[in-house]
Amino acid sequence: MISIILGVLFAGMSAPLIQVRDTPNDAGKSITLNWQFLSESPASAVVVQRVEKDGEPVVVASLPGSERWFVDEGVIDRQPYRYRVGAVSDGDTLWSEWSEVVSSSPQFFNWARLNILVSMVVFFVLVIYFIENARAGRYLFVRRIAGLDAVEEAVGRATEMGKPIVYVPGLGSVADIATIASLNILGEVAKKTAQYDSALLVPNRDPIVYTVAREVVKEAYTRAGRPDAFKPDNIFFVTSEQFAYAAAVDGLMVREKPATNFFLGTFWAEALILAETGATTGAIQIAGTDSVFQLPFFITACDYTLIGEELYAASAYLSREPLLLGSLKGQDYGKMLIIIIVVFGSLLLLLSRIPQLGFFSKIINFFNVS
Amino acid sequence: MRRSLPLALCLVMGIIMMIQFFVPHPVSVAFYDLTTKWIRIVSAFALVLGVGSLVLYHTDRLRRKRAGWEYSIVTLAGLVVTAIIGLGWGVKPGSPLQEVLFKNMLVPLNASMFAILAFYMASAAYRAFRARTKEAVLLLIAAFVVMLGMVPVGEAIWHKLPEFAEWILSVPNMAAKRAILFGVALGAIATSLKVILGIERGWLGGGKG
Repeated sequence: MISIILGVLFAGMSAPLIQVRDTPNDAGKSITLNWQFLSESPASAVVVQRVEKDGEPVVVASLPGSERWFVDEGVIDRQPYRYRVGAVSDGDTLWSEWSEVVSSSPQFFNWARLNILVSMVVFFVLVIYFIENARAGRYLFVRRIAGLDAVEEAVGRATEMGKPIVYVPGLGSVADIATIASLNILGEVAKKTAQYDSALLVPNRDPIVYTVAREVVKEAYTRAGRPDAFKPDNIFFVTSEQFAYAAAVDGLMVREKPATNFFLGTFWAEALILAETGATTGAIQIAGTDSVFQLPFFITACDYTLIGEELYAASAYLSREPLLLGSLKGQDYGKMLIIIIVVFGSLLLLLSRIPQLGFFSKIINFFNVS
Repeated sequence: MRRSLPLALCLVMGIIMMIQFFVPHPVSVAFYDLTTKWIRIVSAFALVLGVGSLVLYHTDRLRRKRAGWEYSIVTLAGLVVTAIIGLGWGVKPGSPLQEVLFKNMLVPLNASMFAILAFYMASAAYRAFRARTKEAVLLLIAAFVVMLGMVPVGEAIWHKLPEFAEWILSVPNMAAKRAILFGVALGAIATSLKVILGIERGWLGGGKG
């Protein structure tokens, strides 16, 4: 009789089938639940209950009926828990069986990042191999980069005109790799300005970048044998505000009329404001950034633009240090590997659409980093 | 010592942070949080140096009466007034710093600078679209099609134009973007590795040992 009544009440609905597990690849204190309904009829809501050993069941979540998973982050590591899920329909709840006992624990390795580790190791081996090659004195060909070839000319021009050079190390913090690359280039540019006896102005937006930039320029002048020519006041902090910084650098360019402007590092919306103002002052402009959104602006408004990776290659290219050039070669082979993987992955994806070859999708999943 | 200590610190911290990326254990997460706090503390100290630099730079401009020295008065006055208001009345919502200086001065000034971008875009577009080379012609045609595809008149001219514009953005444009991003990612990793291993020393002023 009861089963008939329940059958009428939950017509078309079945109790959820529940799966529980310790959330993988996490810092613990988390259990993941999945459930499914055998029938197609949706519940209006889903309730999740948890019970500790010898404890009373407590509701830990009330979710919309369309939800099929829940992560319980209110648990204590290594405590046993059991769960059940209730499908709510017309005010009545149809409960699943209690799950098996589960407990959470922190993991020591994030297996979802295994692919990143593998590719990182492969890339590191490539870079170190070519650095060792360079150390052994083997010749490494590096293609010409027009923007970097122009650095010497740009510094020379400033000397001839008796005008300063403005170097903008971007708006990024020192934690941005593009800023580090820019500071590396700054060292090489400063060495050249010291040799040519040109004035180098470096306005900064980040206080840490400012302190590092000052040290970089000071060291470069000392290495060039011109420590007396170093003017600490020429490397200065402006402001942390994005557009106030852009206004200040614009003002500097308009007043000082520099012969050359360098815009190298991380840039955002102010990229075009800086580059266009610099272009109107008639300066030679060399820009470089890893931001794909700002690159078109620099390409349009500057004489030379270092596109993406060229920014990272600049320090090696300018210094011509064999060890640094070796790493460039490693990068090239890394790119070749990526091209091979992209072509191979595309083929596998096509083949995995054939029902008999569906297992290829597992290989593709290995490359998934989400 | 002046060079070897930062290099050793960089090597040790670089390797630890690389390992940390793969270890989700709470100890690893706590260490990451701790280093993030260190960065904030170092930044606070660096800000003092930054303000010092700002004051020195502008007082020097005032003393030497360099071109535009009048603006240095505005900068220094702004610095002092902001500091007095911030220290005296606090920085909470509703304070004079928030209401007067931030909402009524800084925000409109920032917005004005941002608005100038539209004019710069127009002048940059004019320069980019002068069909002097084959590449510039290609750029001009692609930009023309995309712009036309984004407005209703484009659809009126040819009903498939919006679709074609979308294709230009999502296929050839995206392919180029991704190619740059691959290079950027590898360049960033290689630069990090060089800095960690002490091969790249430009950030220390360059040179050996």
